[in-house]
Amino acid sequence: MSRTPPVDDVIVNVDHNRGSRRQSRAWLGGLFRAVALAAVAVVLLVVLLTVTGQRTGEALIALVTGAAGTWYAITSATLVRAIPLALAGLAVSLAFRAGILNIGAEGQLLAGAAAATFATLAAPQLGVATIPLLLAAGCVAGAAWAGIAAFLRQKLGVLEVISTIMLNYVALHTVGYLVRGPLQESTHVFPQSFNIDRIAQLPIIIPRTRLHLGFVFAVVIGVALWWWLKDRAGGFRLRAVGANAHAAESAGRINVARTTTIAFLASGAIAGLAGATQLSGVTYSLYETISPGYGYTAIAVALLARLNPLGVLVAAVLFGALEAGANAMQRDAGVPEVLVSVVEALLILLVLAADRWRTRQVRMTEASI
Amino acid sequence: MIDAFLEATIRWSTPFALAALGECVSERAGVINIGLEGSIIAGALGATVGAGVFGPTFGFVAGALSGLVIAAFFGVFAVALRSDQIITGTAITMFSLGLTGTLYRLIYGASGVSLSTPTTGVLPLPVLSAIPVIGPALFIQPPITYALYVAIACVAWWMARTQSGLALRAVGERPDAATAAGINVRRVQFGAVLFAGAMAGLAGATLVLAQAGTFVENMSAGRGFIAIAIVVLGRWRPLGVAAASLLFGAAYTLQNLFQSLGLSNVPYNLFLAVPYVLTLIVLALFRSGTSSPAALGQREIVSR
Amino acid sequence: MVDGAKATNAALALIGITRRFGSVVALDNATMHVQPGTVHALLGENGAGKTTLMRVAFGLAQADAGSMELSGRAVRFSSPAAALAAGLGMVHQHFTLVPAMTVAENVALGGRGRFSIKEWAARVKEIGERTGLVLDPFARVSDLSVGAQQRCEIVKALARDVRVLILDEPTAVLAPGEALELLQWVKNFANAGHAVVLITHKLRDALAIASNVTVLRRGQSVLNASVSDTTESQLAAAMLGSSSDGSSQVSEPESAKTAAVSDVLVETRISEPASQMAITAHDFDMESRNSNSTSNASASSPINETHSPQIDATFDSLAGREVRSAGGEKRDFTRVVLRLSDVTSRDKRDVVRVNRVSLVVHAGEIVGVAAVEGAGQRELLRLLSGRIAQSEGDVQLPAHIGFVPEDRHQDALMLDRSLVENVALRDAGSREGRMPWNALQQATRTIINELQVVAGGAEVEARTLSGGNQQKLIVGRELADRPEALVVENPTRGLDFRSASAVHDALRSARAYGTAIVVYSSDLDEVLALSDRVVVMHAGQLLAVDADRDAIGRAMLGA
Repeated sequence: MSRTPPVDDVIVNVDHNRGSRRQSRAWLGGLFRAVALAAVAVVLLVVLLTVTGQRTGEALIALVTGAAGTWYAITSATLVRAIPLALAGLAVSLAFRAGILNIGAEGQLLAGAAAATFATLAAPQLGVATIPLLLAAGCVAGAAWAGIAAFLRQKLGVLEVISTIMLNYVALHTVGYLVRGPLQESTHVFPQSFNIDRIAQLPIIIPRTRLHLGFVFAVVIGVALWWWLKDRAGGFRLRAVGANAHAAESAGRINVARTTTIAFLASGAIAGLAGATQLSGVTYSLYETISPGYGYTAIAVALLARLNPLGVLVAAVLFGALEAGANAMQRDAGVPEVLVSVVEALLILLVLAADRWRTRQVRMTEASI
Repeated sequence: MIDAFLEATIRWSTPFALAALGECVSERAGVINIGLEGSIIAGALGATVGAGVFGPTFGFVAGALSGLVIAAFFGVFAVALRSDQIITGTAITMFSLGLTGTLYRLIYGASGVSLSTPTTGVLPLPVLSAIPVIGPALFIQPPITYALYVAIACVAWWMARTQSGLALRAVGERPDAATAAGINVRRVQFGAVLFAGAMAGLAGATLVLAQAGTFVENMSAGRGFIAIAIVVLGRWRPLGVAAASLLFGAAYTLQNLFQSLGLSNVPYNLFLAVPYVLTLIVLALFRSGTSSPAALGQREIVSR
Repeated sequence: MVDGAKATNAALALIGITRRFGSVVALDNATMHVQPGTVHALLGENGAGKTTLMRVAFGLAQADAGSMELSGRAVRFSSPAAALAAGLGMVHQHFTLVPAMTVAENVALGGRGRFSIKEWAARVKEIGERTGLVLDPFARVSDLSVGAQQRCEIVKALARDVRVLILDEPTAVLAPGEALELLQWVKNFANAGHAVVLITHKLRDALAIASNVTVLRRGQSVLNASVSDTTESQLAAAMLGSSSDGSSQVSEPESAKTAAVSDVLVETRISEPASQMAITAHDFDMESRNSNSTSNASASSPINETHSPQIDATFDSLAGREVRSAGGEKRDFTRVVLRLSDVTSRDKRDVVRVNRVSLVVHAGEIVGVAAVEGAGQRELLRLLSGRIAQSEGDVQLPAHIGFVPEDRHQDALMLDRSLVENVALRDAGSREGRMPWNALQQATRTIINELQVVAGGAEVEARTLSGGNQQKLIVGRELADRPEALVVENPTRGLDFRSASAVHDALRSARAYGTAIVVYSSDLDEVLALSDRVVVMHAGQLLAVDADRDAIGRAMLGA
């Protein structure tokens, strides 16, 4: 009976094996996964393009150049898109790790963006303190938006999947109202907010690109989260609750309600930060489509990364490239951009299927008499 | 006024009730299908294409088939492979929204082109529609609404009075007990999922063929998720689900009513949010409690 | 051994059945013939393959080799439905009823076509009148007692007109009185011309009613005989085989004669002077509610008065080098560790589960709890382990309490996580700062070594371990920091003999270093075997009884 766990497994389960041989194997495995997923994504795309009768070659060229053809494409298209995907992906993975199915990153992101827009109104008074304030406002709003679902789950037993999806729609329509009402630009023509003050805009970290400070936020939060989950008692508690809440409560004497609530709020805060960052780093004004579904794509990002924060950073870049490429594909080859969400969904399903296959392999070796 | 309100309520309720009735069957078999939204949007596009080619009646058939195909996809992962139902359903919805968006643009050209689909008009039922107040509301409706009445009665009867209905309920409560009684759990669950998909497809077809008269990307607008909330509110019973659907039909009717009344000081975007807020309130007030199928969402057949 | 009956008129014949799970051979050329009109006992230890063999017969599992006959006809069932249609029924050890449904619905389940609740209710009534298994057809199964649920299971099979009925450990969850009643019914049922296979690990049950017997050991049918042709010691030896360790006294005639194999095992243990004394001499340590001098009462704990020489010796040696607990304080073997004073506990629906219970448990003793299912022991154990809070009364608990719950998959393990992380789960709730992974890895390896957990290392998923090894890991984890108290619930359910003994040994050695232990098992024999004294729980209350098997059995039923 071979008891050696497959490589995939090591990534999730042996985070704590500091400095050991397994660690390098885990890294290699992670790298292998990333490359394999990128390859699978391209294959899926080719199949879909061919099946739907597109000019596949032309579309692929547009995809690749759009995503990685130039320095500007890499930094300003791919990486800029990767930032909200990474932050929202971290939000989703944190929640999923705790056993909370937060499908509401989209709504929390919108709430964060809206709150940040309000915060920029204070820019003339605050000056350089505007950016910290708007980021904090984004976090608080995201956490509060998630907090509604957390409250409904903890106190009233409402399935968070449904409540967070409903809250996404409420957030969308609320933003729709805001940009036609209190926050609308001064001419009252377009459904979008005023442009935020220059001092409220996140600095660009590489000159002559659009890559802004949010990239650093994503990397720092990703690494911090990874370390916290593997090395800190609080992180272990969160993972234990996600792995088996009953056992966490009974055997670990962990306060499950407290742990899940904190995780839910933290998840919302990170998603809210994604929204604030997007506003302050990319769009400079609020409108309904400020997120083209980043909160949903983030679910794919998190799952493909097997909920590992470092993996989320890698997967976010992969998906950033995919979305940047898809954008170029629509522009240059007339391929509908939404095709990419088909690829993303198929990737999730493939990962699910692979997981089940692996579990089955483990079961086969069990002596269950 | 009142009968116009009732008539509109039933008209708006129809797609909710269709989808929720299907989901009710699926959940009684222990499968929560978040991919319902995907089946609805697929049904809407399928109906658009089908009706464009062969007319509205075939549009409904095509819609049901489209919803069924998406549900079959869900079933392969969630039932056959026993993947997590929630995550699978989320992925399926994403898949279907992306696929319908792509296909729509490919078939009907780039977005923005207005598309008109033949719709089914109302079919007043003689005698019945002459009943005061509720007569016109219930019996001057499109044919799909009458089909819904029949479906509700059939499902309610089937669950209570047939062995296969009994088996369905047992599967959702204690799949291991059902297995021991000689019931093929996965077959029952797959069948229930397919039924839910077809019903959701019909709901999508209704949106296009009996309401909007056109296809719009993302036109399902969360109705699949609302339908899941309706099942909770309806206590997993066909008649309860039908009654709960009326609440949401009424909410949509009121939303339209207020908009048309031109209460210009209240922006219409806030009205658009009403059904979703209502769903949250309903879920908060009506806790699932003990009436929820015991094995809902459970992956494994064996309970240890 | 002689193959008792090779006749082709067997109601059920299983010939050369082999079944593998991966590389594990669960059944190895197992053979048995069941005659009509008889009860046929299928004996063997836990894990010997009894249930697997019957699952194969019933179509729940497929044989890799071998054949099967029903009334002389070769059959092979691909599903339970096929088996039932052919007249073979099975009542599982863990009930397969739908709690949310009525009795009639449960009985009807699995048929075809229309379903009429009235017709099925009439059928349930008719079966009740004919066989004595009386049930209210409209009662919800969740409202039935365990005994009634068992009747419902049997009625389910009878409603299909089965000719061969398999009963898997039917007495396991019943109190002794109920068990006796059931066995009598089974005997009558067989006398009426049916064939019954009685799966059990209790020799006593088997000998009471069976005419023929098959013994399985490690998946092989090592003995097929008629009960009259064999002796208890032969059966016991066949069950345990050479695998039983040397200290087992199975081969000794005087203990082998007494009773069942499990009883033999019990006997072996009870004949250790310590336990013997403890069980017979200890009475109840229910604190009197008006007593203010509880500390006095506990100081003069019965343990002191009734120590056998052997235990005293142990105590002497311990007294010489006072054992220190994790907290560094001295272990005093007369000290009260757990104390419940007039404690009441209500569940979420405000139903009283534990009703004004008082109990003290001292360092270095094992208190057994005997009870039928649902008597409130579940809540009592969780009160004692600090897992739930009392509604009323006073609870005194030490800081370190280990808890081994009944459902290890749900309440004790993270199946998809490594053994190290599962060990780390202990005290995760109060841990601060960094996780000491190196120390935890070391601790896991220590547990693996000391309890001989068969695992592919400390980093494998808990899922990859067999049930017995999972349980050993949990017991090791809960005892790792030498807790002052340990509460265990059905610690050996579903375990093979070897794992069960390892668990028992771990409990006894924990007692030796001063842990106060409370054990509940639905198997009364296990309670008797382990405990220094026994308390009986009935309808939420602790009852005082004489500590003999029959008296405890009566008290469990509230008689």
